[in-house]
Amino acid sequence: MASLALPLAAVGEVGEGFIQERTGQVCQAKPSHLFCWDWARENIDRYGTPTLQQLELVAISVVLGFIVAFSLALLAHRRRWLRPPLLAGTGILYAIPSISFFLLLLPITGRSRETAIIALSAYTLQIIFRNVTVGLDNVPVSAKDSARGMGMTERQILWRVEIPLATPEIIGGLRIATVSTIAIATLAVFVHAGGLGTQIYGEANLHFPTSILISIVIVMAMAFTFDAVLLTIQYFATPWRRARAS
Amino acid sequence: VTIATPPFASFGGAIEFIFTPQTSNVTGGNTVGGIEQVIELTLAQLEVTVLALALAILIAHPAGLFLGHRGKGELAAVGLGNAGRAIPELGLIALMAAVIGVGLFNLTVALAILGIPPILVNTFVGIREVDRSTVQAARGMGMTELGIVRKVEAPMAVTSIFTGIRTSTIGIVATATIAPLAGVATLGEFILGENVYGSNGVLAGAIMVAVLALALEFSLAGLQRVLTSKGLKLMPA
Repeated sequence: MASLALPLAAVGEVGEGFIQERTGQVCQAKPSHLFCWDWARENIDRYGTPTLQQLELVAISVVLGFIVAFSLALLAHRRRWLRPPLLAGTGILYAIPSISFFLLLLPITGRSRETAIIALSAYTLQIIFRNVTVGLDNVPVSAKDSARGMGMTERQILWRVEIPLATPEIIGGLRIATVSTIAIATLAVFVHAGGLGTQIYGEANLHFPTSILISIVIVMAMAFTFDAVLLTIQYFATPWRRARAS
Repeated sequence: VTIATPPFASFGGAIEFIFTPQTSNVTGGNTVGGIEQVIELTLAQLEVTVLALALAILIAHPAGLFLGHRGKGELAAVGLGNAGRAIPELGLIALMAAVIGVGLFNLTVALAILGIPPILVNTFVGIREVDRSTVQAARGMGMTELGIVRKVEAPMAVTSIFTGIRTSTIGIVATATIAPLAGVATLGEFILGENVYGSNGVLAGAIMVAVLALALEFSLAGLQRVLTSKGLKLMPA
């Protein structure tokens, strides 16, 4: 990885010569040469740090977004009138393109990791808020009545009945938010916050399909992995659904 | 002792950039920015967004209606929706530019690909969620299958269908920002060209992209209201 840093920075012109210099291998950056296995084998370690950076951005942003959105949803569950303004507000945050959101924060937080995290967590709010709200709404009234009949307080009903029964929707929202954030975190390169976008954007990589493809594959694999993990968590968190199915 | 202010962007500077042309200190005195260039690039971004959205709707909407009505291909539709979300848009556009080539046509196709999954899935799910007994009643009244889709299922699924179109629009207009990588000048020109437009230009681009995206979002929300049938508006949500 270190050996590549110098020629990368020094060469402005991009072409066959550049790629050879970069790799020491004959690997042409022609469109016909979609993927260069030799280069990939030798350079796969350069994707380690960007992958970890992207994971970190996603983890922090989704956890932060979840805490905020979940709290807001619980608040709106008790105070119904809060729901329309919160839906509209998070909707606006969701509709602002991430790349624009990143850069709108420039005068405030500059080009930094914080900027990326703020924009990414703001993006997740709408998805999580909406799903938690729908999940809580879908809890059957009879279940709540039974709980009340058993002498549970409103607080106990919320945490022991409503939230557990809303788990599928809550995790559903978390899945969508996580997968989308993993893909969008690629744009963090525009605020110098690292991530796999660094291996796509930038003069050197933009004309080098191999690097772009590796990055895409890592991002999508990361997304599918997290999706599968969350789905597994949902499976074990809702044993009653399995009992009914079997 | 005077401290030199760093060339950070400021909202004031960005607003100025949007309305009045400035002398670029980098390109040897060329003027950049100003309302004319801003409008031109905004319209360019709107154009490619509308083209791609139209293509995506043209493909995904009938497919979603058909599959939803038949109740077939749930796994494929939902799987496609999930996979679609995982595609890094920067990677898709960069790969397309590097391998297939740049230009408006290629860009439109790439953006449409990004826009198809949300429309397909939401249309599919919306149609599936229409009460089957309602559909049976329509069938019993002698409606044709096409008539059922057009007059019963689609109107009842309008909320879900629009969720798909709006999600898709948000994704397409956002990705159209990096269109300059594919050789099409949009507002991304300001964002990706800091060395020409300066940091105020970057911020100005970001502001205009947000304005454009929100304008599209509000227009679609309005359109959705108009297209929702009166009877459904009266129903308790």
